[in-house]
Amino acid sequence: MSALSNMIWRDVRQSYASGGTWLPVIFYLSAATLFPFAVGPDRELLLETGGGILWIAALLATLLPLDRLVQPDLDNGLHDQLIVRGITDELIAFGRLISHWLAFGPPLLFAAFLASGLMGLEGPPLVTLLVSLAIATPALAGLAVMIAALTSGLKGAGALGGLLLVPLAIPLLIFGAGSLSDQSGSALLFLGAVSLLLVAVTPFAAGAALKAARE
Amino acid sequence: MNSGASTEIGKGSNITLSATGLSCVRGGNLLFRNLDLELRSGQAGMLTGPNGVGKSSLLRLIAGLLPAFAGEIQVTGSVALCDNKLALDEHLPLEAALQFWARMDGRNTEDVGQAMTAAGLAHLAEVPVRYFSTGQRQRARLARTFLGGADIWLLDEPVNGLDRDSVDQLGDVLQAHLQRGGIILAASHIPLPIPADLAIDLQPLEQELEQLDACL
Repeated sequence: MSALSNMIWRDVRQSYASGGTWLPVIFYLSAATLFPFAVGPDRELLLETGGGILWIAALLATLLPLDRLVQPDLDNGLHDQLIVRGITDELIAFGRLISHWLAFGPPLLFAAFLASGLMGLEGPPLVTLLVSLAIATPALAGLAVMIAALTSGLKGAGALGGLLLVPLAIPLLIFGAGSLSDQSGSALLFLGAVSLLLVAVTPFAAGAALKAARE
Repeated sequence: MNSGASTEIGKGSNITLSATGLSCVRGGNLLFRNLDLELRSGQAGMLTGPNGVGKSSLLRLIAGLLPAFAGEIQVTGSVALCDNKLALDEHLPLEAALQFWARMDGRNTEDVGQAMTAAGLAHLAEVPVRYFSTGQRQRARLARTFLGGADIWLLDEPVNGLDRDSVDQLGDVLQAHLQRGGIILAASHIPLPIPADLAIDLQPLEQELEQLDACL
């Protein structure tokens, strides 16, 4: 088994075994459940705003696992041991991106599917919502890994993580939530472009942060 | 050169570890400067000196975890670092936690068993690592190091928390590693049960500077 797949397999197994991967799902469903109580059971209103709310909930769910992504492995000495074996910080970050996406993306999509029922979403709008979230989950996973690496070793990293996520996630939110009312499909293409960019940047940005944290 | 001990395995003969003019700066302080060391196949080096003098930093420099402020390090052979970090998944049983590193280092299940036996942990294979005592954690760190099969072992306080029998057992494993042609560089306050071919006593630089002042 190659080093990368070994690292990814360990992370994914740990995420699912610890139950931490279901936390965003529960959070997501809670947010979706609370929303109709807050705005009232007006079907028209829910249909119109539900998609956007589910998108915001997805962004907030991204914040939940931040403290488990990098810090425990740094404290534990796992990263040190990987570096001694000649594995670069960038590869560690890349592995973390993939493993986090595997533990975060599918459960989130599942939760979005369940929650859309509460908003009365069905048919093409539901498909668009799930497609846009599916395109965005790699980018959300990448943002989480980058922010976790940047804030590793800092006190109050959680609050800082929230502040860092907001500006970085705005393009995703604009094109992602925008795709729900966009008939031409170009919002989805823009969303894909932003997602690709964030995924491509993640290994290098997070890798540089890990390197800086070690020295 | 200790040529007698290096004839066990072919690859053993070209394992070397050397540093020239090495200086280390941590947190704006110069820890040591102009340090030279050379170890060849089958040799062991001992690092001593007071706390905070840079023993662990020297090991991390050699392991490639820190950049050198000045000087060069040349390493031929694979390196394993055994420092105060466990790097094992706490919730997993010891054997399963070691399996991760076995896959990483291209070792098999049999090697995991041997490493646990060498560290005196075979009876704890099924116990989750989080229940380990201080001494057992130390032995788990050593087991991870033995398992990797690296040529050069960098050991930071390897006998911390070990009982007397465990220290003797560690001595046997270290001796066997040297016999195979490996290199050991250890930082320890307690003398290790192996002969040292090289002894480096790091001293705080302030003292050195004061002595210089006194001379002037």
